[in-house]
Amino acid sequence: MTIAVTNLRVEDKLYQNRYLVDPGRPHIKVRPHESPSANLRALTHICPAKCYELNDKGQVEITADGCMECGTCRILCESNGEIEWNYPRGGFGVLFKFG
Amino acid sequence: MIEEKFDAIVVGAGMSGNAAAYIMASNGLNVLQLERGEYPGSKNVQGAIMYANMLEKIIPDFRDDAPLERHLVEQRLWVMDETSHTGIHYRSDDFNEVKPNRYTIIRAQFDKWFSRKVREAGATVLCETTVTELVRDAQDKVVGVRTDRAGGPIFADVVVLAEGVSGLLGTRAGLRKMPKPETVALAVKEMHFLPEEVIEQRFGVKGDEGCVIEAVGTISRSMAGLGFLYTNKESISLGIGCLVSDFAATMESPYVLLDAFKNHPSIRPLIAGSEVKEYAAHLIPEGGHKAIPQLFGDGWVVVGDAAQLNNAIHREGSNLAMTSGRIAAEAIVGVKRRNNPMTRRNLTIYKTMLDNSFVVKDLRKYKDMPALIHTNSSNFFTTYPRLISLAAQNLMRVDGTPKIEKEKATTRAFINVRSRWGLVSDAVRLALAWR
Ligand SMILES: Cc1cc2nc3c(=O)[nH]c(=O)nc-3n(C[C@H](O)[C@H](O)[C@H](O)COP(=O)(O)OP(=O)(O)OC[C@H]3O[C@@H](n4cnc5c(N)ncnc54)[C@H](O)[C@@H]3O)c2cc1C
Ligand code: SF4
Repeated sequence: MTIAVTNLRVEDKLYQNRYLVDPGRPHIKVRPHESPSANLRALTHICPAKCYELNDKGQVEITADGCMECGTCRILCESNGEIEWNYPRGGFGVLFKFG
Repeated sequence: MIEEKFDAIVVGAGMSGNAAAYIMASNGLNVLQLERGEYPGSKNVQGAIMYANMLEKIIPDFRDDAPLERHLVEQRLWVMDETSHTGIHYRSDDFNEVKPNRYTIIRAQFDKWFSRKVREAGATVLCETTVTELVRDAQDKVVGVRTDRAGGPIFADVVVLAEGVSGLLGTRAGLRKMPKPETVALAVKEMHFLPEEVIEQRFGVKGDEGCVIEAVGTISRSMAGLGFLYTNKESISLGIGCLVSDFAATMESPYVLLDAFKNHPSIRPLIAGSEVKEYAAHLIPEGGHKAIPQLFGDGWVVVGDAAQLNNAIHREGSNLAMTSGRIAAEAIVGVKRRNNPMTRRNLTIYKTMLDNSFVVKDLRKYKDMPALIHTNSSNFFTTYPRLISLAAQNLMRVDGTPKIEKEKATTRAFINVRSRWGLVSDAVRLALAWR
């Protein structure tokens, strides 16, 4: 038996969190590419904040506003230059109330 | 921004950084601590179980004012398949002692408290400040840091890198390698709020007593992973984590895993009616002894998760972080007292002291476990949990089948799925890695 997961929207989960977004200064960027590598494509499923998505040309795009700064995408895709990863400026980004 | 030169700069105000800054400041060193979060703890995630002995070595009377949730009197270890759990429960009234051994905590609150202690000890703590770069002199010695605040570099005799698992500074400066996807786990966690009485009723605890559940099995969908449920005073921390390499290979979504865990028939009644107030994600170092990097060099030391000092087998991290921070600080205080420079040679003492502590001894004991679990995850996390459930159910259903036949059926099921040789080799390898 598998357990049905109904109405699961990550956006609703992220809505609980506190963020201080730094407008116009995304801390993660995806390098332009023709078609994404396996790791880059995996991020569209495994980023816990669902920041990565495929556009209609099959390329991976990021909207880093809900990012929890976990570092998973950095571990998978920074070393070969597929993404550029920095911490947000001091004080910005996710602000855990409980952690 | 800051003109003076410090004895030490600590990067990060998590468990390891606070321990290091506290010990150095208490011993009269002029310490600057830099934290990128709005307040200490705003970037940090933990289960969280906190171990009293390691904090006592730093702040002996911490129980007087530290924000502690519940002290643990019961621990449950569950092996789960889709519809069942088989568990070992250990509960003892001995844990109701004057100075309890383990507590649940809420990291954002705990880190704020610890940071206040650091400031009271005399350190300068600057939040909302991301350290962007290490500054080195012509001989390549680390002599300070640059931050994202206006102004030039800030100088110190030694920099303590307490920057946590993803530690950009050390990896970018080439002091250590980036963690590999198979040596870090990604964990997601939610905070479920419930009235105190409800938690006490559901877990059979009273007052400050607490209970924790740790779970393995099909909940991680063949990946190497662990689910957890920890009781706080008025909330339940609930989460699940698996190796990043396994996530990348299976493309499972962590939030789908978390929701399935929450909906498991054994978990759902425990959190029924709760209000979720936060969803968090964080990495955990899982590489063990083999993943420990170079720990010190000219003008720097690295402590805590940044140094991969985390015992994944026993789910201990904060205590290794606090202890490595304390030991690094004691080493630095020693070098300073002798008026020696903070060179690689003089800082070797940090590693020597750490090697002799439980931190490295424990990690060395389990040095082969990460590889074993990684290469066998589908057996350990799916096959065996299903078999264990089958065996228990077979034993417990009373249906007129003679017991001897039931036992034979159970043995057959194990052999069919894993073969005699597979079972023996898994057992031997597990025993060797555990030894
Ligand atoms: C879900 C989960 C459950 C866990 N459960 C437990 C448990 O029950 N018990 C246990 O003992 N351990 C547990 N751990 C492990 C424990 O949380 C860690 O081992 C511990 O927090 C490590 O402490 P640290 O000081 O090394 O790093 P962290 O606590 O991560 O602190 C690093 C700090 O450095 C700051 N920082 C990083 N880079 C910079 C920079 N460039 N400039 C300024 N500041 C910077 C960060 O903002 C952060 O405050 C758990 C971990 C997770 C993720
Ligand atoms: S750091 Fe974590 S949450 Fe942020 S984009 Fe990367 S994977 Fe997603």
